[in-house]
Amino acid sequence: MVLSPNDKANVKAVWDKAGGNIGAFGGEALDRMFLGFPTTKTYFSHFDLTPGSKDIQAQGKKVADALTLAVNHLDDLPGALSKLSDLHAHKLRVDPVNFKFLSHSLLVTLSSHLGNDFTPSFHASLDKFFSNVSTVLTSKYR
Amino acid sequence: MVHLTDAEKGLVNGLWGKINVDEVGGETLGRLLVVYPWTQRFFDSFGNLSSAAAIMDNPKVKAHGKKVLNSFSDGLKHLDDLKGTFAQLSELHCDKLHVDPENFRLLGNVLVVVLGHHLRAEFTPQAQAAFQKVVAGVANALAHKYH
Repeated sequence: MVLSPNDKANVKAVWDKAGGNIGAFGGEALDRMFLGFPTTKTYFSHFDLTPGSKDIQAQGKKVADALTLAVNHLDDLPGALSKLSDLHAHKLRVDPVNFKFLSHSLLVTLSSHLGNDFTPSFHASLDKFFSNVSTVLTSKYR
Repeated sequence: MVHLTDAEKGLVNGLWGKINVDEVGGETLGRLLVVYPWTQRFFDSFGNLSSAAAIMDNPKVKAHGKKVLNSFSDGLKHLDDLKGTFAQLSELHCDKLHVDPENFRLLGNVLVVVLGHHLRAEFTPQAQAAFQKVVAGVANALAHKYH
């Protein structure tokens, strides 16, 4: 499922609207994911998993920064995310099902903050974008 | 069986009371068809589904969304026996409608996104978690009679 020029424009528009809040949104998405899909916590036994913890906020910022990098390189996601892809494949080995849980949690976070800006078309483009990022991050698993 | 704490039941029922079920139903089904276009395969008779705007404005989509969500609403009154509550609908979706149960999961998650959209900050991570249990329970109940 390839990102059309329209999808790319939509994703960039959402990122612009989110502005400086993207880091916080990353943290909130993780909070939502850990609560909504408790099996995802198994990858973070070394964290303080209390909602809103410093560990979660810091990780949320990391995730947000990586997604921002992806947004700035929509024409070459495999290239831009190559190192992260290696990390997930060889070191972290997060089961692929979990990328869907995080993607969904990011969508809910954005929908609850962006209000009318979160149109069905933007929703669709974002879902595709997260799906593409997930595919790249799991592409070297086997 | 869905296991919600009393607090979670409170959250679910409290927030459900704040939404317009008919409207949210139409929006949820519409977004399902926009975001996951392959789900349109079940709705050839619905007319114009050619663009996001056409889908969201389509009166058949709105009507069907309303029907679906009112049924879901009934489920909320029987969280202790979702499988019983949805047994007949489950048979219908398998034997007559031939709907892959994966679609119930997709719809449940779109509902969660729409609730976030409508309820904003009130749709806290804790509230979402409670609803994730409910939508998973409903999806499983609807898949239960498949063979």
